Order: sequence, then C-alpha cells, then structure tokens
Amino acid sequence: MTLSGALEIASCTDPGMVRSHNEDSIASDGDKGLAVLADGMGGYNAGEVASGMATTMIITELQQLLEKKVPYETDAHSGQAIAHQLLREQIAKANTSIYQASQSQPQYAGMGTTLVVALFYDNKMTVAHIGDSRLYRLRGDQFRQVTRDHSLLQEQIDSGVITLQQAKQSQNKNLVTRALGIDPIVEAEIHDYDTQPGDIYLLCSDGLCDMVSDDDIGLALQTLSSNLKLCAQHLVQTANDNGGRDNVSVILVRVLRGYPAPRGMIGRMMGWFR
Amino acid sequence: MAKLILSMDALILKEITLSKERTTIGRKPHNDIQIDNLAVSGEHAVIVTILQDSFLEDLGSTNGTVVNGQPVKKHFLQNNDIIELGKYKLKYVNEAPAAQAKAADFEKTMVLRPGAVKAAASAAAPAAAPAAATAGGAKSFGDTVVNHGTTTTPPAATAKPATQRNVALQLLSGPNAGKELDLTKPLTTLGKPGVQVAVITRRPQGFFITHVEGASFPVVNGKPIDAQAHALNDHDVIELAGVKMEFFFKT
Repeated sequence: MTLSGALEIASCTDPGMVRSHNEDSIASDGDKGLAVLADGMGGYNAGEVASGMATTMIITELQQLLEKKVPYETDAHSGQAIAHQLLREQIAKANTSIYQASQSQPQYAGMGTTLVVALFYDNKMTVAHIGDSRLYRLRGDQFRQVTRDHSLLQEQIDSGVITLQQAKQSQNKNLVTRALGIDPIVEAEIHDYDTQPGDIYLLCSDGLCDMVSDDDIGLALQTLSSNLKLCAQHLVQTANDNGGRDNVSVILVRVLRGYPAPRGMIGRMMGWFR
Repeated sequence: MAKLILSMDALILKEITLSKERTTIGRKPHNDIQIDNLAVSGEHAVIVTILQDSFLEDLGSTNGTVVNGQPVKKHFLQNNDIIELGKYKLKYVNEAPAAQAKAADFEKTMVLRPGAVKAAASAAAPAAAPAAATAGGAKSFGDTVVNHGTTTTPPAATAKPATQRNVALQLLSGPNAGKELDLTKPLTTLGKPGVQVAVITRRPQGFFITHVEGASFPVVNGKPIDAQAHALNDHDVIELAGVKMEFFFKT
C-alpha cells in the first residue's frame, strides 16, 4: 500500500545554540505515511544513541510491515486495530532494545528518549507518543496541540495545581513522566484522528515549543504553508533566535489529497489473496 | 534549593530551607516555621514544594496571608516574593542555579527513578534537594520521573528581538501606490498566492526577505535574490509580482 502523492513532508533538525550535539532524531516516509521524531536523553552521546535507535528501528520495521499488513483492518484475534497493534509492538520492541543496550553497556546507562510517531492511512492518522515531544495540527486557521505531554508540568496543570500561565514560570520544566528505554515496559499513548486535505501536522521536540510560543508557531505555519521546507527552517531559526537552549527538530506533514483505503470489491479480493 | 528569609522590621531573624514537601507556618509550636505573634493563626499557611516549585496556601487564617501586597488563598511562589504575616515578612528566594551551571551541565541529561532519586538529585544540582522532598514529589506522581534536559535551566527567557524599531513598506507602484504597510508581525507575507509570494521576517539581527513560492524571485535594489534569506536595509526597494515597494525604518 502506498500513499504516494497524498502527503508532503518537510523536516529540519538542529543542535540549537547551546548544545554541542544533537540528541534529537527524525525520520519520515511519505509513501508509507510515516513520520517519527525522538528526543534522546542520557549522558555523553547516549541520548543520540537512544533517539537514533528509536527512529531507525520504528521506521524500518514499520516500512516492512506495512508491505504486508493493512493498518485500517482489525486483528481477528485481539480485536485491535492493526495500526495500533503495529505501533504498540514496534514501540515495545524499540523500548526493549534501548533498555537492554542501556543495561548491558555502561556508557549507555540510563539513556532514554521521548517519541512521537504519526501513521497516515485511510484518511486517518494514528498518533503514538511518549514523553514531551508533541504533535500539533493546523486546520484552516485553527492551530492546536493534539498530543498531551507526559510530563510533571502537564500533570500539575491537569490536577489544577498550576495554571497554563503559571506553567511558563515553573522551574520543573523538562521533567517527563514517561520515556522510551528507561523501564522494561513502556506504554505509549495511541489515538486516531481524522485528517482532511489541507491539514498541516507538526511533530516537534520540546526545543521548539519551549522557545517559541504556540501563537508564533501557528503564525509561521499559516503564512509559510505554501513552502513547507522554508517553514520548517523558519521554525528552527526562530527557536535559535530566541536562545536555542535545546536541540530543535520539526517534521511538517501536509495532507495534499484524500487517501481512502482501497475498499472496493477488487481491493478486498486482493486483500484475501495476500 | 528554595529558601525563606524570615524578618521583622528589616531585621533578619532566620533562614529556612524548603527541604520538606510540606512546610507549615503558624503560631503553634508544632509548625515548621513558628511565629509567636497573635496576628498569626495557630495553623496559618503551608508551603508545598514539588521539586523546584513551591506553592503557598493559606489555611483559613484569621488575618489572611499577603504576598507582594496582595491577599492570597493560593499562590505559586516566584523568586523574591514577599509573604507578609502580621508584622513578619518571609522572603522567598529560589534562584535558578543556572548562573553557576556550566555549559557542560546543559548536556547532562538525567534520569530520576523513585528508588534512586537521592543520588540522581544530588548529581543534578549542586545544591541538591534533599531526598525527602524530592522522593515525596516523585512518589506522588507514581510513575518514574525522568529528568530530561536539565532542571538547572532558567525559565526559557523568550528573548525579545533586539529589532524593536518600527518598520514599514511603502508601495511605489501598482493600484495602491503611496500606501504604507506597517510590519508589526514576526512574519509578513507579500505578493499573490499561487503567483509569487515572499516573506519578511523580523529577527534579532534585523529584517530579512525570503522567497516563498512562485517561479520568479523577488528583486531587491534591481538584483534578484537567491533562495537564501536576504537582509533588508533602510530604503531598499523590493520588486515583487510587478509591484515596487520601499522598505524603511520609521522614526
């Protein structure tokens, strides 16, 4: 199954102004409808290793699996949507690999990574995320955050301890409550969303949303929507202009046209013979 | 770590480190901070500290709690806040340790797990939060707390662009010749969508014009620019989609 031509993807990643190396890692495949972004953590270069392992493993495995499996169908045994099953399994696999590497190699001890994955199929998108890397959506002039961070701050906001306004002044930034590769088991948060032609999705690391206000990100997406590559570069540049304290990564995905699953008689027959 | 400086009439009486998850303030002796004054209620207020953040809560005191001159029920304490209880003043000091943090510390990313919080916390910050407070904070959130990035980073100061001067474009040709367009937003697009569009961005270094879409590139002072952003100077003439305009700094 291929979505060729349905999605336009542009991305940009940068170490920022303060850090010497980039612990973020990004990967995407427009034909398969995949975008993966990870923000690694852990001493020396272990963060890069963790985020690199996560993106590489997840994208290559999913690329292969999507040749055989149909994401919009449901699994006969578990009753789960295949898309969810694929994402859950591959994230678990990546988690195990990172966890084992960090256990067996002292220089990688304690490494981990946040993750956000978007899988597009059948006019839909399934998003899985862990930690504080985010996915935003621009639809028309509505720009909003789709994922909710797994962070101390978000939990405090949810429980009413602090307001959104106060959260900006908190000293407890960058404390995530979930990460890939830290524990033997991790649960990704997975949700489905409908997509519409013209939608622009933004996957980003906290290096962007900590440095640039949501309003400015939304404005950039709206004004530069006709040149996605420039828009990605502009977002990274704005984060750096504002101080660039952290690595900055963005992936922009624009839905160019509908991409319904082949559900006709022939499509189904083909499905049976696979 | 955050601390409180207790004073009366500008005389410093005591310094209290906020090492516990709950620090109580009141007249009765069982309080962590006892203030023996009739204007202070038996159990007057409490400060809840979660890692680096502290919250002040009034416990229904008779005379109330005032922060920076404002009566509060609940307040998210910020560095240098003054809490007033009767004649007494408590100054809240929570300096972001980033000042002494070296560049290398930025690289240092930490993982905090409930069991190993003590060791990790003392490594994370030179003035480490005692295990009691940190572990309490971590525990109350059940999950593993992963300290990503660095807690020693000060609140990301969204640096205001140095370019605060007002700038505008004046149209020199076309049907709207003579009109002025103030460039107030960080991004302003010019041109006709689908034909030729350029964007002017406001950055700390100045103003830049960049080609966005269309077959032809904008012309600045008679020379077409390339795909790169082009710095704009006072009185530059831009030609775009057949319209000439002048970029200038307003006085």
